[in-house]
Amino acid sequence: MNFELTEEQEMIRDAARDFAQRELLPGVIERDENAIYPKEQVKRLGELGFLGMLVGTEYDGGGMDTVSYVLAMEEISKVDASVSVIMSVNNSLVCWGVQKYGSEAQKEEFLKPMARGDKIGAFLLSEPEAGSDATSQRTTAVDMGDHYLVNGIKNWITSGGTASTYLLIAHTHPEKKHHGINAFLIDSNLEGISVGPHENKMGMRASDTHSVMFNNVKIPKENRLGEDGQGFKIAMKSLEGGRIGIASQALGLASGAYELALQYAQERKTFGKEIIKHQAIAFKLADMAVEIEAARYFCLKAAWLKDQGKPYGQASAMAKLYAAETAMKVTTEAVQIHGGNGYVKEYHVERLMREAKLTQIYEGTSEIQKIVISRGLLA
Amino acid sequence: MKILVCISNVPDTTTKIKFANNNTQVDDAGVQWIINPWDELALTRAIELKEDSSNSFDEVCVVNVGLAKSDATLRKALAIGADKAIRIDAEPLDAYFVAGQIADYIKNNPFDIVLSGIESSDYNGSSVGGMLSEFLDCPAISSMTKLEVDNGEIIIHRAIPGGKQVLELQAPFVGIVQKGITNEPRIPAMRGIMMARKKPLEVVSPVDLKALSHIVEFELPQAKASCRMISEERLEALVDLLKSEAKVL
Repeated sequence: MNFELTEEQEMIRDAARDFAQRELLPGVIERDENAIYPKEQVKRLGELGFLGMLVGTEYDGGGMDTVSYVLAMEEISKVDASVSVIMSVNNSLVCWGVQKYGSEAQKEEFLKPMARGDKIGAFLLSEPEAGSDATSQRTTAVDMGDHYLVNGIKNWITSGGTASTYLLIAHTHPEKKHHGINAFLIDSNLEGISVGPHENKMGMRASDTHSVMFNNVKIPKENRLGEDGQGFKIAMKSLEGGRIGIASQALGLASGAYELALQYAQERKTFGKEIIKHQAIAFKLADMAVEIEAARYFCLKAAWLKDQGKPYGQASAMAKLYAAETAMKVTTEAVQIHGGNGYVKEYHVERLMREAKLTQIYEGTSEIQKIVISRGLLA
Repeated sequence: MKILVCISNVPDTTTKIKFANNNTQVDDAGVQWIINPWDELALTRAIELKEDSSNSFDEVCVVNVGLAKSDATLRKALAIGADKAIRIDAEPLDAYFVAGQIADYIKNNPFDIVLSGIESSDYNGSSVGGMLSEFLDCPAISSMTKLEVDNGEIIIHRAIPGGKQVLELQAPFVGIVQKGITNEPRIPAMRGIMMARKKPLEVVSPVDLKALSHIVEFELPQAKASCRMISEERLEALVDLLKSEAKVL
């Protein structure tokens, strides 16, 4: 057992922290308020190699381990979760699947530009009536012999409007249920694809979330990812890794809010002393620190299992559940510690609280994580 | 042409400094070490010069006088873009000792330009660069705010009170770097961090040299009241705070 980070992991964490503090913090409130996509910031994220940090160096990625990814996600999410969700989806939901299941030609065409950050990837699984319940897909990809013909609607797609590459999940043989699902790797500008309006969200307002409509879209056969009928497995396995990203994002939201609250509690005075010297506030901060530390261990354990090549589905579901619940609790308490100032945008904590709510919902709600975990108990 | 950047390994600027051994030593338990901010600016400018294909800089090296705890800092310098790191394996006793060690290395391994930060954020001695030029018998240009190469000519700007001085000179020289030499230090990219694994970090033995001074005691400055920033759009909030918290209105 070893809790020590390597020199390299510390360097990656510090680089992410410097980037977040220097380049994400300025303007984060305005980007959130006006739902402005962080174009320049995402470009820099690509230049620094964060968008493809988990991709192997042979495919222009950073070749970093998942522990480093958790550390970087935490630091970036402390400041701007709209940026970190783009990083998480690109790394864990899109690049990972292409690297694991893609052909060499697909890796050359799709993976390399995404790993470099030249192109952004989006993961198209959720539908109006199918989220984590992936077998209820209504989007169809009918095998027409020399191509697939795709029709349907995908909902709540992160980077739906800006991504150049879609990893699409659709039913080819509905009668075969989950064995009839396929995954496809496509350009987002194919004829017949249209993107709905920007969702006006409560938090993470700077990341662009859209519906994507497919109307008789022809997808060449060579764009299928993996074997025929392997799409369900690809989606589920991608989500297992995705949960580590979102768990780390939740961790960052919690630790970011905690750091702000700790600082504020040492500066703000009531009844003649700093509020941290009132037990009511000191104990809140103690509880926050404990829960954040526990969430961090969950995230790092799941990442470590993945790096060791061991099963991590159960661990990543636990990490996602615990970190998301912690993020909601801690950010709410951080607003409380800030009092009236916490309700004002310039103190950041109200934004972190709005963003934390989403971590309990997307990439599997907290309730879905409990389904995954409880099924794992019986396995 | 080769550039050598002298790197001080200093505590992170947000460190809460504590002393040990009757206030004669900095207690380095839990301290996070960083590249001295002025040295980091010098390194960034050196890498920019090397990346500019219109001139003939082909190697940027960094050197530190320190024990093994400097290695992480030197690897960060490699990740930012230095080609090679040299650590002279000795406790940095004082500026004379550090400058003497680096000068001895340079005598055996010549460089065209040697850069050092104008001060270090730990002991703030502002002495190594000047001493180094004396040891090496070459010019020292202090408070350098610009370093450019134009058609092979080295052009330097120096900050002087109320203005600037423009100089042209020949290598070798020691440049003592002030803020302004470049915009911002670089954040290492994932690729750089990965490449740093393969770059050389050479540890060399120190030469026999005695420090000219020794530390008798450290003392912390008096604690300052904390500072709160209020944005200019919230002048009313500022007035409220001045009334209710600072109670000066």
